[in-house]
Amino acid sequence: MDFEETAVKARAFSYFRAATIDQALDAHARAGDDARFIAGGQSLVPALSLRLQAPRLLIDITHIAELRGIRREGACLRIGALTRHCEMLSEPLIAEFAPLLHAAAPFVAHPAIRNRGTFGGSVALADPASEFPAMTLALDAEIEIAGSSGSRRVKADDFFVDLFETALQPGELITAIYVPLFKADQRFAFDELARRRGDYALVGCGMLATFTSDRIDDIRISFFSVGNTPTRVKGAEAALIGFGLDAERIAAAQAALESDLAPPENDEVPPAMRLHLARVLLGRLLGRLGEAG
Amino acid sequence: MTAPLTSLDRPNSYIGRSLPRPNAKRLLAGRGRYVSDLRLPRMLYAAFLRSPRAHATIVSINADEARVLEGVHLVATGADLAKICTAWTGTLDHFKGMTSAPQLPLPLDRVVWAGQAVVAVVAESRAIAEDALELIEVDYEDLPAVVDIDVAREAGGPQVNPGSASNICFRSQLDSGTVDDAFAHAAHVVEEEFFFGRHTAVTLEPRAIVADYDPAAGMLTVHHGTQTPYQFQDLYSRHYGIPEARVRVIATDIGGSFGMKLHVYHEDMAVVGLSILLGRPVKYVADRIESFVSDIHAREHRVRARMALDTKGEILAMDVLDLTAIGAFSTYPRTSVVEGNQVIRLIGAPYRFRNYRATLEVIFQNKVQTSQYRAVGHPIACAVTERMVDMAAAKLGLDPFAIRAQNVIADDAYPQTSPTGYRFEALSHQACLKRLHEMMGYDDLRAEQAELRKRGVYRGIGIATFVEITNPSPAFYGVGGARISSQDGAIVSLTPSGEVRCLISVTEQGQGTEAIISQIVADQLGLAQEHVKVITGDTEVTPHGGATWACRGAGIGGETALQATRALKRNILEIAALILQEQPSALDIVDGEVVDAGTRNQRMPIAEIARIAYFRSDTLPPGTQAQLTVSHHFAPQGYPFAFTNGIQGCSLEVDVDTGFIRLLKHFIVEDCGRVINPMLVDEQLRGGIVQGLGAALFEECRYSDTGQLVNGSLADYLVPMPMEMPDILITHVETPTADTELGAKGVGEAGTAAASACVLNAVNDALAPFAATINAIPITPTKVLKALKRF
Repeated sequence: MDFEETAVKARAFSYFRAATIDQALDAHARAGDDARFIAGGQSLVPALSLRLQAPRLLIDITHIAELRGIRREGACLRIGALTRHCEMLSEPLIAEFAPLLHAAAPFVAHPAIRNRGTFGGSVALADPASEFPAMTLALDAEIEIAGSSGSRRVKADDFFVDLFETALQPGELITAIYVPLFKADQRFAFDELARRRGDYALVGCGMLATFTSDRIDDIRISFFSVGNTPTRVKGAEAALIGFGLDAERIAAAQAALESDLAPPENDEVPPAMRLHLARVLLGRLLGRLGEAG
Repeated sequence: MTAPLTSLDRPNSYIGRSLPRPNAKRLLAGRGRYVSDLRLPRMLYAAFLRSPRAHATIVSINADEARVLEGVHLVATGADLAKICTAWTGTLDHFKGMTSAPQLPLPLDRVVWAGQAVVAVVAESRAIAEDALELIEVDYEDLPAVVDIDVAREAGGPQVNPGSASNICFRSQLDSGTVDDAFAHAAHVVEEEFFFGRHTAVTLEPRAIVADYDPAAGMLTVHHGTQTPYQFQDLYSRHYGIPEARVRVIATDIGGSFGMKLHVYHEDMAVVGLSILLGRPVKYVADRIESFVSDIHAREHRVRARMALDTKGEILAMDVLDLTAIGAFSTYPRTSVVEGNQVIRLIGAPYRFRNYRATLEVIFQNKVQTSQYRAVGHPIACAVTERMVDMAAAKLGLDPFAIRAQNVIADDAYPQTSPTGYRFEALSHQACLKRLHEMMGYDDLRAEQAELRKRGVYRGIGIATFVEITNPSPAFYGVGGARISSQDGAIVSLTPSGEVRCLISVTEQGQGTEAIISQIVADQLGLAQEHVKVITGDTEVTPHGGATWACRGAGIGGETALQATRALKRNILEIAALILQEQPSALDIVDGEVVDAGTRNQRMPIAEIARIAYFRSDTLPPGTQAQLTVSHHFAPQGYPFAFTNGIQGCSLEVDVDTGFIRLLKHFIVEDCGRVINPMLVDEQLRGGIVQGLGAALFEECRYSDTGQLVNGSLADYLVPMPMEMPDILITHVETPTADTELGAKGVGEAGTAAASACVLNAVNDALAPFAATINAIPITPTKVLKALKRF
């Protein structure tokens, strides 16, 4: 790298390319946790250039084979942490067994970013405006985490703690995300309201429901861009479970959002407007879910 | 099938022909030479510590640690640069009574906007310079920040310049006819207050400069991403006390400009000083955040307007108050009042009414400076006028086309002088209106709109007529005392191989200046275009001229090239006549060959004339001195400006539940006089329209109430992107100006001038079934939903 270039503005850092998970974890520990794992770098590199982050060491995990690949494991799809956003669009296993991720992928930024950004990286960052972290909630996914004390799995419901804060401890690494296989009695819907294609949405939502004929047996609805974390709307879910999707139920679910969501103050999108948009989006998606039957 | 022959069927007829830009392939292949790419031997890099406060006293600056950081060559403050650079003041004499505080590269004791550069660091890399910035401590003491226009106008309120009587930079009033009387007797009056958000240029390549002072030669060379190298040659010379002949400004490829890169920026002036202090080349390229907080912004206006009409819909009068907030200084050297001045002078311009009153108040505040950006003032004037016309039409139950047809100045009524003093040579509003009506399929669009409304789909149709200022004479800046040329110069040579080289003062920013100049030269001389080389943008090489701004490149630069080439052709034919023993008038040049003017029979190649003139002058008659290089200057005369006109239309759909707006199609009928290259003209229009649509729906520099820009990144400041842009259909009416042989007027700003007005009208048209109106741009989902009372 040519440090004479005017474009290089990050503070100086060391770089280590890990070949295995253990190497990556060791390097992190040896740096006294003043280190960041880097994969696609689509959020980290801008943060470095803006000097919002200035770690001493960057640990490149993109050459760790164990973090790659998508395969069936029992009732789940194991999606390697290094799976790129564009692979969510191109991989037949995703289209068949995790169609909600397939549906969300085109809304994730732009092709150049999708070619580099990774699923694991997106979930680890836990940007509340991102599509994929929210979809792990709707999918009831489990996040597999490697750390110095071994490997563990955390339910998506327990993973997102606060703004950019997750169950990941310093030095831990997401290795894979487990998504229950999509079943014949399930339906999904996804959409977002973004002012320009590829932007962070003003409001976005994905949902996965299990039906018996036209009755909803179970539904998980997850919003993004509505607060500090990706947000499941359990009140709205409860308003729907056990019922058919008629106008009255949809209205009840929309009404429940008032207590499910507490959008933050924002100079451009006031909380009341975001809540309104969430209701509109929920109504439209439930309408589509009904039609999908 | 044989089409009738046209003038384009004769050889070398390049004027009026769509041809690709000769430089396009080079740029696409990544072979551009941008200042951002430039690396000179011994070059150092500058970075700037910026003020986090909108208004504060600088109590102390501690840079001791930064100075000793390895790789740092210089830390400079305002005081250091003030020793070698004289202050500048952004006023012009013809704006009577305007005021602005003197400016220096870096402030001495007070910061006046958040993002203002305070301390400069020069180091061996940009990264080291940035490291050093983190080691500098500046102690500030807050002063009351003036952010809001109303606060700025409060008597006894906080002052941008403490000690001054008010925050007023400039006031101006126009009053013609009998406005009060017209309103008193009007059958109908419509009234509205309009709000226009600040936006900025967002060029692909940010501002970039490399200053290279050679103390041994006393010579300053500045590689500068600018539209106006001569203006900067003059300014660097005068403010740093270097003779003009020892200042060279080179402006090669430039990644977008749009008016933003012809102003003096504090960092740019500082970089010149830093190079002088160090005797080494110093480079500075603004990053994107720096661009947002230091590039000029534009168009923060609040306009209250009234329009009076008679019972039949004849416009009788307009009365306007334009308040515009421009930041803490007026920008140098073109000022920050031109925009407001053009707003109040262009309002109502397409229409016949004679009673007009306008007040302009230009106000200081603690934000970054505003100044000229593509279509200066036009979008504001157009939006106000055209929305008023639509409001009047609605009130009278008239169709938007009908009320305009009734009120525009008739095409056969020229010349005309507007109530604001603008002299129109010849415009074509009636022809344009008629063409737009056909092109839009207007009646079908209305029928479709009515049908869709029944199904809860809300489409809107908007139109907007406009007048654009192009080809400015010295009346623009020269009369105000600015050393900004309105003339251009060209040097045209026949090379020994029979090719033509043209050095010209207009500059290229990607719009195709070099392409159209080569078309004009090839056309006028009678030569294949690929045998013409055009060179621009180097004060040491190209003759002094105005360069490129205010839509003057084709109209003024093009005429300069035309006249220069005609002179060269005369000289070539004189030599040819001597060799061929003919009268020059009996000869012509076609495709690089001297031919008999009557028969078109080839006589000899011009390459042979060049060979003889340059290498065998001994074979020419005694006393012959071949003049195969011609220099020529052209300054516009006659009308002070070549006004153009046109009309835009658009169709869009409003989602009344989300407030989102989908642009469906955009139309423009434009009259820029003689079209030199239809493809380039159309792409200029498209680019301009897209910028106008960005203003209409997306772009706004948003500030907190403490004067912090809150959306200074491309994730938060939304520029128009292809997915949201509609197809843009274009057609032309050609009314050439009689002031030049070429007959070309400007076209670069026409698209931007009316696009936002068109969208404003269309959105209001879509919302017509609801008790909801929009009076502010950008038109965001928030504004639409608020108007619809959806939350």
